[in-house]
Amino acid sequence: MQLSYEKSVPGRRAIALDPLDVPEAVLPAALCRKEPAALPELGELDVVRHFTRLSKLNFGIDSHFYPLGSCTMKYNPKLAEAVAALSGFAHLHPHLSTSPAFWKHCQGAFELIHETEQWLAEIAGMKDVTLQPIAGAHGELTGTLLMAAYHRDRGSKKDTILIPDSAHGTNPASAAIAGFKVLEIPSHEDGTLRLDSVKAAMNDSVAGIMMTCPNTHGLFEPAVAEIADLMHANDALVYYDGANLNAIMGIARPGDLGFDVMHYNLHKTFATPHGMGGPGSGPVGVGERLAPYLPGPRVVKGEDGFELRNLEKSIGRVAAFFGNFMMAVRAYAYMSHLGKDGLRQASENAVLNANYIFAQLKHVYEPAFDLPFMHECVFTAVPQAKKGVRALDIAKALLDRGFHAPTVYFPLTVKESLMIEPTETESRETMDEFCDAMLEIAEAVDSDPESLREAPKTMPVGRLDEVRAARQLNCAC
Amino acid sequence: MTWVPSTAAERDAMLSVIGVQTIDDLFASVPAELRAKSWALPAGISEMAVRARLEKWAARNAGGVTSFLGGGAYDHFIPAAVDALTSRSEFYTAYTPYQPECSQGTLQSIYEYQSAICRLTGLDYANASLYDGGTAVFEATTMAVRLTRRTRIVCHASLNPIYRSMLETHVANLDLELVDGESPEGAACVIVQNPGFLGDIEDFTALAERCHEEGALLVMSFYPISLGLLKTPGEIGVDIAIAEGQCLGVPLNFGGPWLGIMATRKEHVRKMPGRIAAATEDAQGRRGFVLTLQAREQHIRREKAMSNICSNEALCALRALVYLTLLGKEGLRDVARHCHSKAEYLKKRLSFAQILNHGPTFNEFAVRLPRNAEEAADALVSRGFLAGLPLASLGAGEPNDLLIAVTERRTREELDAFAHALEEVCN
Ligand SMILES: Cc1ncc(COP(=O)(O)O)c(C=O)c1O
Repeated sequence: MQLSYEKSVPGRRAIALDPLDVPEAVLPAALCRKEPAALPELGELDVVRHFTRLSKLNFGIDSHFYPLGSCTMKYNPKLAEAVAALSGFAHLHPHLSTSPAFWKHCQGAFELIHETEQWLAEIAGMKDVTLQPIAGAHGELTGTLLMAAYHRDRGSKKDTILIPDSAHGTNPASAAIAGFKVLEIPSHEDGTLRLDSVKAAMNDSVAGIMMTCPNTHGLFEPAVAEIADLMHANDALVYYDGANLNAIMGIARPGDLGFDVMHYNLHKTFATPHGMGGPGSGPVGVGERLAPYLPGPRVVKGEDGFELRNLEKSIGRVAAFFGNFMMAVRAYAYMSHLGKDGLRQASENAVLNANYIFAQLKHVYEPAFDLPFMHECVFTAVPQAKKGVRALDIAKALLDRGFHAPTVYFPLTVKESLMIEPTETESRETMDEFCDAMLEIAEAVDSDPESLREAPKTMPVGRLDEVRAARQLNCAC
Repeated sequence: MTWVPSTAAERDAMLSVIGVQTIDDLFASVPAELRAKSWALPAGISEMAVRARLEKWAARNAGGVTSFLGGGAYDHFIPAAVDALTSRSEFYTAYTPYQPECSQGTLQSIYEYQSAICRLTGLDYANASLYDGGTAVFEATTMAVRLTRRTRIVCHASLNPIYRSMLETHVANLDLELVDGESPEGAACVIVQNPGFLGDIEDFTALAERCHEEGALLVMSFYPISLGLLKTPGEIGVDIAIAEGQCLGVPLNFGGPWLGIMATRKEHVRKMPGRIAAATEDAQGRRGFVLTLQAREQHIRREKAMSNICSNEALCALRALVYLTLLGKEGLRDVARHCHSKAEYLKKRLSFAQILNHGPTFNEFAVRLPRNAEEAADALVSRGFLAGLPLASLGAGEPNDLLIAVTERRTREELDAFAHALEEVCN
C-alpha cells in the first residue's frame, strides 16, 4: 500500500482553524525552524481511507482467534471502551492532583484509583498496590527498585537477582536496568524450578528472585513456597511476574504463596486492549516488607475525601502521575462486572480451554513437558523441524487458515516452541476450528511440506526479508 | 456476569475430551495448602450498573471548565477523525506485530509515525514509542551512558521538575552522578527542555557545540506542537530528542496513557531503546514492513538489552500519526501560531501581575500574582476556569507564582474573561 507521504498533494488540507482572533505574534527568526515539517498534505477523506485500509491489513481479536501464549489475548469488552471515553475521565488534567486546591475537583478519579488498588490487592493477596508503572516491564523495574530500596535501607549490599532461564526477557532486562547483577538459574528438564537449583545459587549477595507462576512453560511451580522460604531465611525477596495471573484468580494468590512484590498486567489478565503493542499498565503490588517504599504520591482516604500523600521512605515517582489511568478505568469496569465469581470463572475457563486444545493436539504435536498445563500449553516442533517444517512455518501456515499464530521461539528453553494460550473468552467451535487447522498442517508436514514453507500466500505480503531490512535500514521517509 | 461463552454442557463435553471429571481436577498441580486464603471481593454487577457507577465518578471530576493548565500536558483540540480511526478494533485489539504478514497495518503506521517524528524533529531515526515524556528522560540518559561510557548526568534548570524526580527514582540504584547545571565537562549528557518548564524558549545551539567539544551528548525534551514554529532539535545539534507526545491527539487521560517520543542521529541508532519498524520486500518484490534491529531488545538480549521496554504506547503513537497526517504541513504551523499568538495576547492582559519570563515564550508563561496562587486558582474554578499550575506545589516557584498555558482552543472572549476574572480574584 502507498504511504501517506506518497499520496500527498501540495496545498491540500484536512483541518482548518478559525481565523486567528488576536493579533498575530511573531517569534524572532533565529528561534524558528527554516522549513515547516514536511507532513503529508491530504484531505480528510484521503486520511480516513488511508487508515481504514491500513487497519484492514491487521488481525485483531475482534476479527481473529489470537492464541499468543504469554500474551493473554482475551476479548476486550466494549463496556470498558465506553467508560474510558467518558469525558470526566478522558479530558481530566492530571495537574488537578498537584495542588491541594484542586483535589475536590478530581475526587471521582481518586476514588477510582483507590478502589482499583484495593481490588487488585485482594485478588493477589498483597497489602498495597500502586498504579504508577506503565507496563509490565515498568512494573518489574519498579519492583526491583523497591527491592533495592529495601536492602539499602537495611545497610545490605546484596546486588544479585536470580532469574530462571524460562523467564520472559523483560525480567533480566529490568533487573539489570535497576542496577542488579543477574544470575540465570536453569529449569529442571520437567519444566519447573527445583529448590536445589536455587539453593545452589544462593549466597549472601542474592537480593531476591524473580519468578513467574504458573511459569512460562504453563506449569505451576511445585517448589514455589519452599523457594520463597529459602529467600526469606536469607533476607532476600521474592518477585512475582504477574503475566500469568489469568491462570489462578480465585485459586491461589501470590501473596499467600510468599511473594513480596509483583506486577499485574492489566492488558492481559484484566482485558484492557493491547493496542498493537501498547499502552498497557503494570501496577505493582507489595506485601509488608516493601509497603513502606511504594512510589508516591499515593491516593489515600482523608477526612474530607481522597487526598495525596507521600510515604516517608517512598522511592519517589516512577510515572508523572498515576500511570496509565485509563487502563485502570477499563480494568475496574472489567473486575466490577465479573466480580468474585466471574473472576474465578475466568481463570477456570482459561485453564479448561488450554487443556481442551492440548487434548486435541497432544497426539500429533510433541508436548514440551509431561506435567499438567494450566492456562497455556507448550509444544515443541522439533519432530516437524526434522522433516523440514519449522515452528515458524507452522505459524505462517496458520495465518493462511485465518488464525493468528501461537507464540513461537519463546520461551527460549524449548526448541521450536509453539506456545498456545486460548483464554477463557473463546468458544468451543473456534478452538475446534483451530485444532482442525493444526492437525491439517501436521498432515501437510508429510504430504506437502513445501506449501508450508511458502506460507503465507493469502496475506497482503509474503515473508519479508528481515536481513535486508536491517542492512539497508530504511526506517523513515 | 461473564464474558465466557461456554455453557455447562459444553464444559462437560470438553472435560470428557480432556479425560477428567471436574474443572477442579485441572488444578491438581496447585496443592491444597497453597490455595487462596481469602477472596473477599464484591459480587459482579451488570454492565448497566458498572456504567452508572463510573458515570457518577466521572461526573465528580472538573468538567466544563476553561483550562489554562499545562505544565507538560495540554488541552489541544482533537479532530473527530482521530478517535474514529484509532478506535477501529483492527488497531486497538491487535498485539505487537511479531507476525508481520498479518500486521502490515500496524507496521506501516509505525513506519509513517517514525517518518513524521523525523520530519518534525529534523533527526534521522525515531523509535515506535516509549512510555511517556518522563520515562523517556531516563531512557535517553541510559542511552547516553551507553554511548559515552561516562556516568555524570547534567540536568539543566529548564527540565520539568517531575521528570527530574522520575529520573532520580529510576537511577537510584545505578552508579550515576546526577548534577544540576549546564556544564558538559566529563558528562555523558546534558539534559535540557525547550521550551523550558516555565515556558522560556532558549537557543541551545551553542550548548550543543560545547557538549560535542567535551564529548558529551545533548539530550533535549521538546514540546511537539512548538515545532510547528521553533528551531528543530536537528538544527540545534541535539543528539537525542525526547518528548511527551500527549499534545498530538492524545486526550489528557488524567496522566496516561500518553506517548513517549524519541529520535536520534544516524550514528546513535543502534543504541536506541524501543521497537523500530523498517521497510523491506517479500520474495515477489512487494514492499512490506518489519520490526528491525531487534538484537537491541530484551526478548533477544535479555540482561544486556538497551532497555527493558516491551509493551509500549503504540495506539497513542497511532493517534499522534493520524493527528499529524490530518493537520499536515500547514496545519501544524497554524496550531503553533495560534497557541503562541493567543498566549502573547493573554500576557498583555495580565498587567496586574508580574510576568516572570524575561525572554520569548511559546504558549506557556509564569506570572507572580498579587495573591497566593493556590487560593486564586481555587477561587477561579467556581467561575469556570482552571487558572494554571500553582508553581509552589511542585517546589518550582514562590507561593504567588502561577504557570499559565494557552492552546489554540482558547478564544479571545475566553482570554478576556479569564484575565478579568483573575484580576478580580487578586484584588
Ligand atoms: C511472562 C511475561 N513477563 C513480562 C512481560 C512484559 O510485560 P509488558 O509487555 O507489559 O512490559 C510479558 C509480556 O510480554 C510476559 O509475557
